[in-house]
Amino acid sequence: MMTDIRIDVAVIGAGPAGVAAGIGAREAGAEHVVVFERDWDLGGILQQCIHPGFGLHTFKEELTGPEYMHRWIERAHGAGVTFRTNTMVFRMEEDGSFWTMNPDEGIQHVHAGAVVLGMGCRERPLGAIRVPGSRPAGIYTAGTAQRFVNMEGYMPGNRVVVLGSGDIGLIMARRMMWEGASVEGVFEIMSWPGGLRRNIAQCLDDYDIPFHLDHTVTQVHGKDRLEGVTVAKVDANKKPILGTERFVACDTLLLAVGLIPENELSRMAGVQIHPVTGGPVVNQCLQTTRENVFAAGNVVIVYDLVDWVSAEGYKAGKNAALFALDGLPKATRRFDVRGGENVRLFSPQWLSDQEDATIFLRVTKPIEQRCRVTADHGLFSKTLRYARPGEMNEVHIKAEQLRMLPPDVREIIVDVEEE
Amino acid sequence: MTERETRKFICVSCPVGCMLTVHMEEGRIVKVEGNACMRGEAYAEAEVRNPTRVFASTVKVSGGLLPVVPVRSRSAVPKEKLFDIAREVARVVVEAPVKIGQVVLVDVCGTGVDIVASRSLEAEEKRAG
Ligand SMILES: Cc1cc2nc3c(=O)[nH]c(=O)nc-3n(C[C@H](O)[C@H](O)[C@H](O)COP(=O)(O)OP(=O)(O)OC[C@H]3O[C@@H](n4cnc5c(N)ncnc54)[C@H](O)[C@@H]3O)c2cc1C
Ligand code: SF4
Repeated sequence: MMTDIRIDVAVIGAGPAGVAAGIGAREAGAEHVVVFERDWDLGGILQQCIHPGFGLHTFKEELTGPEYMHRWIERAHGAGVTFRTNTMVFRMEEDGSFWTMNPDEGIQHVHAGAVVLGMGCRERPLGAIRVPGSRPAGIYTAGTAQRFVNMEGYMPGNRVVVLGSGDIGLIMARRMMWEGASVEGVFEIMSWPGGLRRNIAQCLDDYDIPFHLDHTVTQVHGKDRLEGVTVAKVDANKKPILGTERFVACDTLLLAVGLIPENELSRMAGVQIHPVTGGPVVNQCLQTTRENVFAAGNVVIVYDLVDWVSAEGYKAGKNAALFALDGLPKATRRFDVRGGENVRLFSPQWLSDQEDATIFLRVTKPIEQRCRVTADHGLFSKTLRYARPGEMNEVHIKAEQLRMLPPDVREIIVDVEEE
Repeated sequence: MTERETRKFICVSCPVGCMLTVHMEEGRIVKVEGNACMRGEAYAEAEVRNPTRVFASTVKVSGGLLPVVPVRSRSAVPKEKLFDIAREVARVVVEAPVKIGQVVLVDVCGTGVDIVASRSLEAEEKRAG
């Protein structure tokens, strides 16, 4: 059986972004707001992030992932958001309508006044980083291992090596220690850590777990089960240095080598994807290049604080509702955002003159001294004690400031410069 | 002669992760540098006297939608007791349904701190529906 359903705002994914989008849409006046989630559970990836560290900005205390989501889900129920779990969105059309599959209701074609994409991100697998050797059991992304341990109650192994120093890998190193495993080391190809410095301190240093910068895994060993890895130091071009190889025995290799926004559906909808962020090109209203499709959270750009994901989700939901109700102010001027020399990636990519804007950016490499994050034309300037790729920086610009720019200004450059 | 010492810590009280330099005399803190807010001073004080951390893990559940449910120490516990606490928490089995905030272990390892569930979990039947 196949049915058509018509609603005001549809949200895809019930992670922090999607749940907040549902609330934002309801609070902006949309009547029928439905969040579609493929899992049986609400909350997205945060349900497996059982360590504290979430919500300091929103709730003024540090909660675990499930506690943080519990509060938002309660709020969503209170706001009258409808959730459909066990419901996979498997196809999206260029008009923004999409198809869902659910074991009870079968296939449905959903038409909404506006859609918010909140599919999150996935982890980069080993295939993406070209390590030679067979593929024995015992190699997992850190997030898969996190799900095993924290939700399935299953320990993937006893002697662990972590490749990459993203936060999930650091958190998992500590988690595996607490569960009785030994962690032989964390190896990072870059000259600086991928994750937050506090996670280096509280997950590695606290337990004397060795941390090796400028190192990578050059080979994996073992036929059926992983028996060890070869690690080596790398040179400035990230090529392994001959003679520095050594064997590290382990039965588990965890990969914490980065996250990629999940955008199959966005592509089907014809939404333009940015080559560097890997997420949709959006403006500060979180509107994509398809005007009835909005996007928020890790599907747009990988954030490091869930508080920002929730805030952006709320904004996307609110603007989607306004769009559906014909109340979203149309841009009268448009400014393209560009990143300066020290900026690796940023979002949003363009600004309308109708709304205040926050631009999130990451630097290319660490600047370990006083520096300044700026937007040109005198729009923004803030002094920072340092800037690191693992920690996002923000630029705030008011709509009035944008409207007052001379008519020939069509571009805004954001950058981080040493003082 | 006064005994002077400088120690360095990374404050883990928030995601900023300030690098703290703690100047000590006769085992007492005389000055903390590098902290961007007052919580950094409190952290330095605790790191010197009695370092504490919040513990988070899972416990087994019988008859639940998932085989385990996440738990945490309600507040921070002494760092040196973390592994004892981990062993004690590993022995706990709770029965579904579990409610968020529910105490699963009172006064863990004599710390005076309870271990509480950090999510709600329904009993198994419900998942099928
Ligand atoms: C393994 C892992 C661990 C992480 N750990 C941390 C951490 O410790 N601290 C931290 O601050 N951040 C962490 N992050 C980053 C984290 O993803 C964000 O902080 C936050 O969860 C992002 O929220 P989101 O709503 O954008 O995405 P998600 O939480 O990923 O939610 C996306 C939701 O969309 C659903 N979905 C996707 N596609 C479809 C579809 N086609 N149909 C229906 N539903 C769909 C998914 O099932 C999921 O529930 C982690 C990320 C990953 C991948
Ligand atoms: S000193 Fe303040 S700002 Fe710095 S890490 Fe500690 S709590 Fe955060």
